[in-house]
Amino acid sequence: MSEIIISAKDIEVQFRVRENYLTAIRKVSLDLYTGETFAIVGESGSGKSVFTKTFTGMLESNGKITNGSIMYHGQDLTKLKTEKEWASIRGVKIATVFQDPMTSLNPIRTIGSQITEVIEKHQKLSKSEAKAQAISIMGRVGIPNAAERFDNYPFQYSGGMRQRIVIAIALSCHPEILICDEPTTALDVTIQAQIIKLIKDLQKELGFTTIYITHDLGVVANVADRVGVMYGGQIIEYGTVNEIFYDPQHPYTWALLSALPQLGVKGEDLYYITGTPPSLFNKIDGDAFAPRNPKALKIDFAKEPPFFKVSDTHYAKTWLLDPRAPKVEKPAAIQNLHEKIARMTSKGGAFHVRTE
Amino acid sequence: MSEQNNREVLLSLKNVEISFDNGGKQKFKAVQDANFDIYKGETFALVGESGSGKTTIGRAIMRINELSAGEITFEGKRISGKLSKQEDTQVIRNIQMIFQDPAASLNERATIEYIISEGLYNFHLYQNEEDRIAKVDRALEEVGLLPEHKSRYPHEFSGGQRQRVGIARALIMEPKLVVADEPISALDVSIRAQVLNLMNKLKNEKSLTYLFIAHDLSVVRFIADRIAVIHLGRIVEIAETEELFAYPLHPYTVSLLSAVPMPDPIIEKQREPIVYADATEEKTGPDYAMREIRPEHYVYCTPEQAKRYAELAGQ
Repeated sequence: MSEIIISAKDIEVQFRVRENYLTAIRKVSLDLYTGETFAIVGESGSGKSVFTKTFTGMLESNGKITNGSIMYHGQDLTKLKTEKEWASIRGVKIATVFQDPMTSLNPIRTIGSQITEVIEKHQKLSKSEAKAQAISIMGRVGIPNAAERFDNYPFQYSGGMRQRIVIAIALSCHPEILICDEPTTALDVTIQAQIIKLIKDLQKELGFTTIYITHDLGVVANVADRVGVMYGGQIIEYGTVNEIFYDPQHPYTWALLSALPQLGVKGEDLYYITGTPPSLFNKIDGDAFAPRNPKALKIDFAKEPPFFKVSDTHYAKTWLLDPRAPKVEKPAAIQNLHEKIARMTSKGGAFHVRTE
Repeated sequence: MSEQNNREVLLSLKNVEISFDNGGKQKFKAVQDANFDIYKGETFALVGESGSGKTTIGRAIMRINELSAGEITFEGKRISGKLSKQEDTQVIRNIQMIFQDPAASLNERATIEYIISEGLYNFHLYQNEEDRIAKVDRALEEVGLLPEHKSRYPHEFSGGQRQRVGIARALIMEPKLVVADEPISALDVSIRAQVLNLMNKLKNEKSLTYLFIAHDLSVVRFIADRIAVIHLGRIVEIAETEELFAYPLHPYTVSLLSAVPMPDPIIEKQREPIVYADATEEKTGPDYAMREIRPEHYVYCTPEQAKRYAELAGQ
C-alpha cells in the first residue's frame, strides 16, 4: 500500500451544550493512504461529519478537540488555532465539498467570482489569469460553455451544475485531500451518478486522496477502496470495501447491511434496528451498540472492546472476535450478499441493460 | 396477489393537466395528460426526479393544486374542481397525507396530543373528550408509540418516531387513501426500515391504499405493487413492480434504473450508468400515447416504438 498522507490518532471532540459536555468523537484513529478513497458510513449523529471537520479546523465554535493528534506532513493539525494558521491548509491542501450546493454557494454573487476569489486568495495570480484558470476548471468539471456561464448566478444553474461548481471551487487550489461530505445526498439519482463519476475521474487525473462521507451503502460500494463504519462517535469497524460488505464482523455493521431495502423480501418485514443511538452526553460503558444488539454478550455492557484484527486490512471493535467469545454467525439476510444482489440485478435488475 | 383478481378502482386520474402561471405571461405545464388508476388496497408508486411533477400530482389529489384540465375521481365521484363544503370535508377525511420531513411538518409548539387531535377538532369527529383521547391513544398504539407520549413535544422524539406521529395524525382521520410524499427520504437506513414495515402493517390491517411518491427505486421496489415513472411532467411508463424491473422499456426508465447504486462492491465497480440522452427535452408528438406493450405494462411511445419495445421485451 502507498504511504500515509494523514494520520489521526485518538481524536476526541467535545461540544459544550449549555452546561453539559457532549462527546461527539470518542477516541478515533485513522490513517489515510495517498490516492485512496476512504468512505465513512454511519447514521446521522454518529459523528462522521464532526470527525472530518477536525481535519480542516471547521468545528462549530462550541466544539473542541480534547484529545489526540492529526499528523499531516509532520505538522499536528490539532495544534492550529487561528484562521491565519489554518489558511495554508484549509481549502489549499485539504478541501471540502458539502452536501447542499445551494447553501455552500453565495446566492448573490456570480459563479465566476466565487471561483476566482479562491484562486486569487491562495495563488498569486492576476485577475485575468485567475479568470482563465476558473473557466478552465469549470470546463473540467463539465460545465458546457464555461466562458459564457462565468457571469451567471447560482440560481441560473441546476442542482447538479451547482454541485459541479462547488467541486470546481474545492479543486481550484489542487488540494491533496478532498473531503466529500454527502456530496450527492441532495441530488437526483441520475445526477448523483454523474457527480460520483466526475469525482472519480478527477481523482484519477489529479491524484488527490478522498474521504467520502455518506449514509448510502450503494454509494459506498461504488466509490470506496476502504470503508470505516461509525457508531456512537467511534469507528467500530474498518477494512477494504469488499471486506466490509462480504465479511462484516461487527454486529452494528451487520445490522446496517441487514436493513437495506434491497435485501427485503416482499410481504415480509424489513430488518430494523431497535432502540435509539446512545446519548453522547453520558459516559458510554462497554460497546456503544450493546443496548440495541439483541445478541450482546455480558462483557459488551461492561468493557469497551479493543480492535481485533481480522486481516491485515480489516479490524473490528467487537468482543465477538475475542477467542473466548461464543461463535455467533452473521445474520442470514446478509450471507451471500453478492449472490443475492446479483440475482436481483441480472434478470430484471437495475442493470438489465438492453441495446437499441 | 389478490388485487389482480378483485380490482376496484379507488382513485382515478383522467387527462390531468396542472399548470402554473409564470407572472401571467407564460404557462408552465408541470403535469401533462396524466392518466392512471389506483386500485383499492394497493401501493401505487409515483417515481421521478425533482421537478418531474410527482409532488404536484400528490398535491392535486389533496386538492391543494388546481387542475387546468382533466379530472380526478375518488370512488367514482369527482373530487377535482369546485366541491360543496360537505364534499370537501369528505375528501379530507378520506385522503390524508404523510410528508417527507417529519421535523418540518409537525408544529414544534404543540404537544403530540394536539397534533394528532387536530383533524378531529377541525371536523368535530369525536363525541366527547373521553372519546377523543381514546382515539388518540389508539392511533399512537397503531404506530408503535405509547399513550404517555401524548404530552410530549416533537423535538423530544427521534426522526423515526416523529414520522410515526405524522402517520398517526393521518390515520386518526380513518382515511381510505394515504398520499405519502417521500415519507422516508429524510430518515436513516435503520429507521427507514421501521417506517416501511409500519406502512405495510397498516396497509394490511386497515386495508389502506397508498400513493407512494418517491425517487428511490430500491425502496419503491420493496413497497410498491405498481409503479408509474414520471419525467418532465409526463408519465412515461406504468407497470407492476417486478414487471418494470424485469422489462424497463422507456429509455428514461432504463436510465433511472441504471443510476441506482447497489450495495455490492463487485457489481458497483463495473456498473456504467446509462445516460438518457433527451433528459432535458420532452419527447412527444401527435403520435405519442400510452400504449400497452405487455399485459398491464404501458409505455408512452409512438406505434413504431411500441413495436420495437414489444420485440425487446419478447427477447
